[in-house]
Amino acid sequence: MAITPPSERIWWKEPIARVEIVWIIVAFLWGLVMFFMMIYWHAAGEQNISNEAYRTTPAAFAAKAQDMIDQHTVRQEDIFPVVHPPPGDIYLIARLWQWWPILELEKDQTYRLHISSMDWQHGFSLQPVNINLQIHPGYDMVVTLTPNQVGEFSIVCNEFCGIGHHNMLGKMYVVE
Amino acid sequence: MATNTEFRICPTTGLRVHLPAELLIKANAVAAVVFLAVGGFFGLLVALTRWPAVHVLPADWFYLALTAHGLDVLLVWIIFFEMAVLYFASAVLLGSRIATPKIAWVGFTLMLLGALITNVAVLQGGSTVMFTSYVPMQAHPSFYLGLILFAVGALIGCFVFFGTLVVAKEEKTYEGSIPLVTFGALTAAIIAVFTIASGAIILIPTLLWSMGIISHIDPLVYKTVWWAMGHSSQQINVSAHVAVWYAIAALVIGAKPLSEKVSRTAFLMYILFLQLASAHHLLVEPGLSSEWKIFNTSYAMYLAVLGSMIHGMTVPGSIEAAQRAKGFTSGLFGWLRKAPWGNPAFSGMFMSLVLFGFLGGISGVVMGTEQINLIMHNTLYVPGHFHATVVAGTTLAFMAITYLLVPLIFRRELVMKKLAQWQPYVFAIGVAGISLFMMGAGTLGVSRRHWDITFADSMLSFDYPAAAFLMMGLNGLSAILAALGGLMYVVIVVGSILSGKRIESVPDTGEKVSVTVPAVGTYGSATHPKIPGTVVLVAIFFIAFVLYYFVNWKYLSEVWPMR
Repeated sequence: MAITPPSERIWWKEPIARVEIVWIIVAFLWGLVMFFMMIYWHAAGEQNISNEAYRTTPAAFAAKAQDMIDQHTVRQEDIFPVVHPPPGDIYLIARLWQWWPILELEKDQTYRLHISSMDWQHGFSLQPVNINLQIHPGYDMVVTLTPNQVGEFSIVCNEFCGIGHHNMLGKMYVVE
Repeated sequence: MATNTEFRICPTTGLRVHLPAELLIKANAVAAVVFLAVGGFFGLLVALTRWPAVHVLPADWFYLALTAHGLDVLLVWIIFFEMAVLYFASAVLLGSRIATPKIAWVGFTLMLLGALITNVAVLQGGSTVMFTSYVPMQAHPSFYLGLILFAVGALIGCFVFFGTLVVAKEEKTYEGSIPLVTFGALTAAIIAVFTIASGAIILIPTLLWSMGIISHIDPLVYKTVWWAMGHSSQQINVSAHVAVWYAIAALVIGAKPLSEKVSRTAFLMYILFLQLASAHHLLVEPGLSSEWKIFNTSYAMYLAVLGSMIHGMTVPGSIEAAQRAKGFTSGLFGWLRKAPWGNPAFSGMFMSLVLFGFLGGISGVVMGTEQINLIMHNTLYVPGHFHATVVAGTTLAFMAITYLLVPLIFRRELVMKKLAQWQPYVFAIGVAGISLFMMGAGTLGVSRRHWDITFADSMLSFDYPAAAFLMMGLNGLSAILAALGGLMYVVIVVGSILSGKRIESVPDTGEKVSVTVPAVGTYGSATHPKIPGTVVLVAIFFIAFVLYYFVNWKYLSEVWPMR
């Protein structure tokens, strides 16, 4: 029994029943399928996680973002500037408790979205698309993104960042 | 050599029980149950707050309660109970004296002290940083200090366990190899040492940082090392509760492992590969390469998952073999229908096995797929998954074995036997609901650790789909059911310990004793009865796994192209 020493002292030489061997082989092969599926998706899939990131500082990142905001703000919504940058490098600041600014992108254009935090960790959760990324201070994460839907999208913060966490809501527009 | 007055013979099992070990098991189990009650209460408050129609707690209390909930149940309840399991699997199952009981008490005291210090830090309100305490968010130094003390205490417990194995070997209290359950406990203890070392590597600098002695801790380094503790410690739980499954199958059914070699190899795979799991929390993090993520998140090509899938066949298979040997041979599932479903130890164990595999196991592998994590990271899918593993799996298994420990170790009969029969079902249904509905809400994008998904006080507005609100309501109802099951457990256990009928014990006369639980047959490794019912169950599991896996790739393929 499992609570007593093995009844066969040389238990490691006992034969294994066929049913167990078959299951071990099936389970092992399934593991290989799942492993190579991730690699396959890097080659053939369209949704992959960026490996591109740079060290930065809150001040340096904020300066780049401000530059974009100064050049490409098209209107104001409440306190938020709405920025319509050309395809290429665009910036999004995460800070207590805002996603700054509101970006307005064009459908089927490709953008290099830089995101970084000014303070604590935040969670970028684009809804209702449901893309979720972890945002760290000191790291400039670059995601090359091609919006393929027109509409108004929300950015929820899904990493706990203090008492205002649940109010940290941003917006993103995608237009034709 | 220990004198005989330090031992007694258990009249039910014939096990030779070292009295100082028994006292340590009692103390750790009682501390565990107390923290389960406290942490479970916080959990109920959290679930009721996340039910938008109820929303009981204000925001600051919600985040505080969530921090305390994670701490008290995920860490304190489980580790205290695991200490009891370690001492039981070593001293009691091997019929040995426990090594250095005084040092074991030092470990217990440190754990208790650490748990209290961290709880006070959280309840004072200055350490609402969640269980994970990601830097640069900072808690009060005593928060980290308590965790470190708790970990040191647990480490001492692991070494007392190792020492006891050495003592038993030296004093020849058993012949041949250690029992499978002890082997599983050994797996848990080895992983625990790795885990606690990782915890020390990151928590000690973090303590110094919170005291202003160190100026900076990199948030990504913190997360990588913290999860080498945080996720690997969940593998302690897996090893421990799989050992508990085998123990209950043996004690209740008389089940014998189908193959010692296969089951032990499966445990060995946990030791070799599980510590790679830190990556599960870093899949959508900046600054780590996909190569690193893929290798680590898959435990080197899913070899640790393979270990669990093997146990998924060998545990029910050993039960089926034992039941068939007893004569329950009708049809595919006669052995299962005739199983002792009225025995809470068995019903709890079997539901723990099924829920852990189907809900916790499958969801964990799917969520831990590098790209699929994009549509799940930090949504409620994450707590949905780990409530299936840690609550439906570990906690339910620990509850189940408590029904055996009360007569064996506390030497009391259970009170309220009828209530005890119902308890595992109430708890299991509640927890299965919590897991499923949180996973459902997570699939719809709902954030975890979030006080108000209506965003009522936010400058901008956003509405999650109506179905998400339905899920949160159903989650709240399930949490009430699970809390009721938890309360039943605490009432039965405390009631039995305080007022259960005493079971008289036999003093140790020094005669050679053997375990007298009815064993089933003497079949060898490859000659066990056929297990067609288990094969069907495993096939259903496998089909569900494959389908669900590819459905999630389909979901992923629908989001915006990105690279």
